[in-house]
Amino acid sequence: MILGQSSSSRIVSHAVLVTGAIIMVFPFLWMILASLTPQSEIFDGSLLPTPTLHGAIDNYGTALSAIPLLRFMANGFVVCLAILVLQIAIAIPCGYALAKLSFPGRPILLVGVLLGLLVPVQIPTIPIYIALAKSGLLDSYAALVLPWIISVFAIFLFRQFFVTFPDEVLDAARLDGFSELSIAWRIMLPAAWPAVVSFSIFSIVAHWNDLYWPMVVITNPDMMTASLGIAYFRQAGEGAGNVGALMAGGVLVTAPLVSFFLLMQKHFIRGLVLGRH
Amino acid sequence: MAALDLHIDDIGKRFGAIDVLRGICLRVAAGEFVTLLGPSGCGKSTLLRIIAGLERADQGHVRAGGRGLDAVAPKDRDLAFVFQSYALYPHLSVHDNIAAPLVMRELSSLERLPVIGALLPGAIQRKRSIQERVRQTSGLLKLDALLERRPSALSGGQRQRVALGRAMVRKPKIFLMDEPLANLDAALRIHTRGEIARLHKEMETTTIFVTHDQAEAAALSDRVAVIFGGELRQVAAPADLYREPVDLDVARFLAQPFLNELAVAAPIGGGLMIGGSRIIIRDALGSGLAGTLAFRPEHATLAEKDHPGALPVRVTRIEHAGIDAHVFVDAEAGAQFVARISAERARSLRDGDNLGLTIDAEKAWFFPSNGSRQRGDHSGAA
Repeated sequence: MILGQSSSSRIVSHAVLVTGAIIMVFPFLWMILASLTPQSEIFDGSLLPTPTLHGAIDNYGTALSAIPLLRFMANGFVVCLAILVLQIAIAIPCGYALAKLSFPGRPILLVGVLLGLLVPVQIPTIPIYIALAKSGLLDSYAALVLPWIISVFAIFLFRQFFVTFPDEVLDAARLDGFSELSIAWRIMLPAAWPAVVSFSIFSIVAHWNDLYWPMVVITNPDMMTASLGIAYFRQAGEGAGNVGALMAGGVLVTAPLVSFFLLMQKHFIRGLVLGRH
Repeated sequence: MAALDLHIDDIGKRFGAIDVLRGICLRVAAGEFVTLLGPSGCGKSTLLRIIAGLERADQGHVRAGGRGLDAVAPKDRDLAFVFQSYALYPHLSVHDNIAAPLVMRELSSLERLPVIGALLPGAIQRKRSIQERVRQTSGLLKLDALLERRPSALSGGQRQRVALGRAMVRKPKIFLMDEPLANLDAALRIHTRGEIARLHKEMETTTIFVTHDQAEAAALSDRVAVIFGGELRQVAAPADLYREPVDLDVARFLAQPFLNELAVAAPIGGGLMIGGSRIIIRDALGSGLAGTLAFRPEHATLAEKDHPGALPVRVTRIEHAGIDAHVFVDAEAGAQFVARISAERARSLRDGDNLGLTIDAEKAWFFPSNGSRQRGDHSGAA
């Protein structure tokens, strides 16, 4: 409770928040209910579909059998993990160098990182696509992972976090026998743990949900990630037009992320606050 | 254990247009405790960082035990550094902080890995030896009960002991300490000062200690090197430094806490005129220059008003300081002096008393305005 705030203004602010929450939650609620309802009864004119057991079995059965949904999710999992690990492996030393090492050209590199933050992924799509095509990497994990492994956002976030780290500790480490790389891994990484956790959440959410890039580089259904798989399901195969099964697929694909979010909620919110500084 | 001597040869350092250090030469004997003393910003910490290899000198050389260190990486210089801010690794326990220099030096990167490392041959034995030495060090510094804690859960004094432990554990040949006591409260500072003196006596490691506190320097050091504005002004044992400061800056810096100063014209006929009295300061003889007469409060005494040769003064304020008292007096000429007398005697004095001030000419100094004092030959009496 915030001191000095009158109870009437608290009621108003809570009313606004509750309204917002209902608007946010409603599509998810509808998705879950529709995934449990037989196809023919979903659009029966009521606000929320009415679930039935056989509708649920039907929809989830279709979602899992009509397309290799588990394969899509496994692909998505591998891709997200590979992207995250490589992003951190690159961004931690880069952020450390930009924050704490003095070398010629550092200010220009930092400006380059900031400029990189301003470029949306759609702009370099065609050159990256051509590069991947020419190296024969289309329709592979590499095509899904490699374009993302340098995250300027991560470099900048870690750099901001490292700048405030006391220089004397780094000097002490150098005297204690740490190399610059072992300083980055053994001292900076643990110190930046909150930033790493919140970046991980951002990265995993973004790449699990990403539809754009997989659509550009993947045509082989075996390589599809979860989001692309759902889109594929909607348009092709026997799932086309089957809204109930589509929603069942949606629930299955969303579930890992939602449970991950609930698990990490505290870190996630701290990460949002951190990003503002 | 073995200690190394340290030779600092003509070290110079510039930051932009500012000369931070100019032509510093210093020889430190093996096992010696030398303090770099000076006001903040005088370059003493920069000199320490140059010795450690954390900063590169623009000119000059550092040698330890005859070996040139200029091209040697900090970690290979066989010296340990204690920082003012303690500089502990915030995410490691006290035990791991102390163990860090051993782990980084004695285990390969593979052996440092948590699970695989334990399976490698030889690693277990080396890890046990590291633990053994961490235990010894923590015992010496009374940190045994705190080994599992993080630095954030420690008090300033405990953190300082951990920082000392981390420096001591690998038995370096040279200790460098950068104002390690500055962040402690007064009582703890004096206690830790004693600890450092005790450890130095036990380990006999060559130590360079940086401070701006002259009492600390005097209490700990074999010799004190006084630095002003990037120049080494004087290197001497604490007692000699107090008795024979080479210039006015040094004399002022070692004041405890007061120094009497009086600008005087060139001495005529072997004596300085102060008001109506003439006193003979041997230093001033023959210099023929104007300068400053300076003497410590304990080298002035208060006598009767009409004492022969005494300067007539009036008491303005009395500060009691334990067994002694500082008596502030105004001379007729407008100058102010402080005399240090026993508290017993000061009890009979009142503000406004008219007295005579006499200066112990043997112990007063004359600093010519063009720089350093000539070291007088004090064997012959005047």
